[in-house]
Amino acid sequence: MTEESSKPKPTRPPRVKMQEQPPEIRAKNFLEVPYGYTPEEAVLEAQRCLNCKKPKCVEGCPVSVKIPEFVALIVEGKFIDAAKKIKETNVLPAVCGRVCPQESQCEGTCILGRKFEPVAIGNLERFVADYQRLAGELELPKIPPSNGKKIAVIGSGPSGLTVAGDLILLGYEVTIFEAFHKGGGVLVYGIPEFRLPKEIVESELDYLEKLGAKFSYNHVIGTIKTIDELFEKDGFDAVYIGVGAGLPSFMNIPGENLTGVYSANEYLTRSNLMKAYLFPKYDTPILKGKHVTVVGGGNVAMDSARTALRLDSETVTLVYRRAKEQMPARVEELHHAEQEGVILKLLSNPVEIFGDEDGNVIRIKCQRYELGEPDDSGRRRPVPIEGDYFEYDTDMVVIAIGGNANPLITATTPDLEKNKWGYIVTDVSGRTSKKFVYAGGDIVTGSATVISAMGAGRRAAEAIHQDLSEKEEE
Amino acid sequence: MLYEILNKTEEVPNVYRIEIYEPDIAKKAKPGQFIILMSDEVSERIPISIADTSDETITVFVQEQGISSAKIANMQAGEVFYSVVGPLGLPAVIDNFGTVLLGGGCYGIGGIYPLAKALKKAGNKIITILEARSSYLLYFEEEFKVISDELFVATSDGTKGFTGQVHDVVDILVNERNYKFDHAKFMGCTFMMMNCSNATVPYKIPTMVALNAIMLDGTGMCGCCRVSVGGETKFACVDGPEFDGHVVDWDLMMKRKGSYLQEEMMAYQKDPHVCKALEQLYLEGECDD
Repeated sequence: MTEESSKPKPTRPPRVKMQEQPPEIRAKNFLEVPYGYTPEEAVLEAQRCLNCKKPKCVEGCPVSVKIPEFVALIVEGKFIDAAKKIKETNVLPAVCGRVCPQESQCEGTCILGRKFEPVAIGNLERFVADYQRLAGELELPKIPPSNGKKIAVIGSGPSGLTVAGDLILLGYEVTIFEAFHKGGGVLVYGIPEFRLPKEIVESELDYLEKLGAKFSYNHVIGTIKTIDELFEKDGFDAVYIGVGAGLPSFMNIPGENLTGVYSANEYLTRSNLMKAYLFPKYDTPILKGKHVTVVGGGNVAMDSARTALRLDSETVTLVYRRAKEQMPARVEELHHAEQEGVILKLLSNPVEIFGDEDGNVIRIKCQRYELGEPDDSGRRRPVPIEGDYFEYDTDMVVIAIGGNANPLITATTPDLEKNKWGYIVTDVSGRTSKKFVYAGGDIVTGSATVISAMGAGRRAAEAIHQDLSEKEEE
Repeated sequence: MLYEILNKTEEVPNVYRIEIYEPDIAKKAKPGQFIILMSDEVSERIPISIADTSDETITVFVQEQGISSAKIANMQAGEVFYSVVGPLGLPAVIDNFGTVLLGGGCYGIGGIYPLAKALKKAGNKIITILEARSSYLLYFEEEFKVISDELFVATSDGTKGFTGQVHDVVDILVNERNYKFDHAKFMGCTFMMMNCSNATVPYKIPTMVALNAIMLDGTGMCGCCRVSVGGETKFACVDGPEFDGHVVDWDLMMKRKGSYLQEEMMAYQKDPHVCKALEQLYLEGECDD
């Protein structure tokens, strides 16, 4: 840095902002919030890249997307080539461009970001992926002939899709088992349309299908088939478990089972997967609270709050027991939620929910908190203030405080080691205690991000390939 | 073809017996487990007890009572379900209890049949009570006659058997006829299962019921189906559906069950197949499901 400081101060054009729907309009519809870059905007933004010799951004990416290379292709106007470059290491660029926490990954390590704003890598990734999709240029990569080995992937969420994508390109025959009637996992049931249009997920699934992946929907592994049966009866050579976290946590406070109290999982699944926001065109109903309370401070809480706004509520209040700076939600999500009118009640936590005689939510009581000493996660611990309570009227409560491990698979696979919370234990490459069984994503780590699940899928795919290749040599 | 309806019959007015081709579920299903059905892409996911299985098929009984069951009821042999998921839930507890009392009403008559078979096989003496509003709504009597050591029926209008419901017959059998039961299982609408559970409390008969909570995924992922049993919150889909009827919070169960009554009516009325008579039943509160 000393060398740099002796030179005249460099200047850089400002980061190109992505245009988006105005908050007052978008808070009432389910259309995607940002419009995406135009080609001109994309080129302009790409030109800001310093093309570092040792790109820190790639190190910041859990799947090591070749960022400077694809950005350079955008500068040349070779958008399709740029998309192909990303797809060499990332099977879901249109998804990642939208939902990755770039500020703490690629953009967080961007050298330009030390003095100026970092290159908008996520926006560029999204742009080229959309450009390729809309151009209809889904040229399939060359796939080697089948090596005759069969892989079962359980769960069609981000980690499962990554494993499938990687192994197909190596010549494996991949079958993806999905419990729901539609593929995509959390991308479909969890993330709302206005943040990730489902048409994009469908096109990513189509792409995998074109590559040769088989999808078996409506299959709850653990009940319809056990893992052992996948090996013994169906002849699979390896199994990857990417089933997500599963069970929602509740707070265990009085009133939590009243009508109008939802887990975020239920609320979002109704709206997103079952399309209850289109009721009665779709048969699944969803309650529409006038004054909605969302409990939690993560992305799922933001998605719930912003969904409630779009389902005709008058006010949406987010109750979170820590301070704003400590929210695990992405900065952009919190910003969008606040812009759209979500009210924050920070350093507060519900202690009781009250209902009317028919069992419907009418009111909530919260306790105020203050920040104490830092805890294991390094965040200052929220401490309840004794005797300091407040109440307000609310007719719907969505609880978004994370989840627990789903036991459906571990219960029927006794030789699969799990930790005391029920999550599956693996090594860094996703190998479990059971031979040729691998796991990754939320069922290993607990609630995390789409891209970290994809990173786990990538490492597991490598491990599967390595282990099966070694087995063959033996 | 997978999920195809091979046979469909209307057993009694408005109760349909549907046999579905699904060999994998058929091989795995145990008595007391259920499936989740969607008739088409826009349908709700609704849980239905598995009433019978063969090598390659599963049989369910469906009573038309809302938009989703109406859609299913309107499907014909040869048509294919959009989605069939299962087997879900824990199997019912089957043991050699001694003398077992079984009670079924509405769809629960079909639903409790596999339990009767399994309990019989386990060496129990089976006493079955079936209920319906009127004699013409009773079904499966012949099958239950074969499997039960004794079969009683009850009708609300007194057109057959006892006048009243299953819980009335329980009182009569125990009080007036000195029957002793070591175990009881009931399946039917929530109201019926609550009444039956209340009826066995004074006689200290261990009582299990199959709770028919509203569900979404059926795998524990959403918590929609939470019920309170013995003061603890449970998920009917993965902790049940069978629970101890004596410690179920029935009031909560009924309230949660009614969460979407308004929406259901709206969707149902929109449906071209809507049956006005049933709508009336709904409004009169004769059927709470």
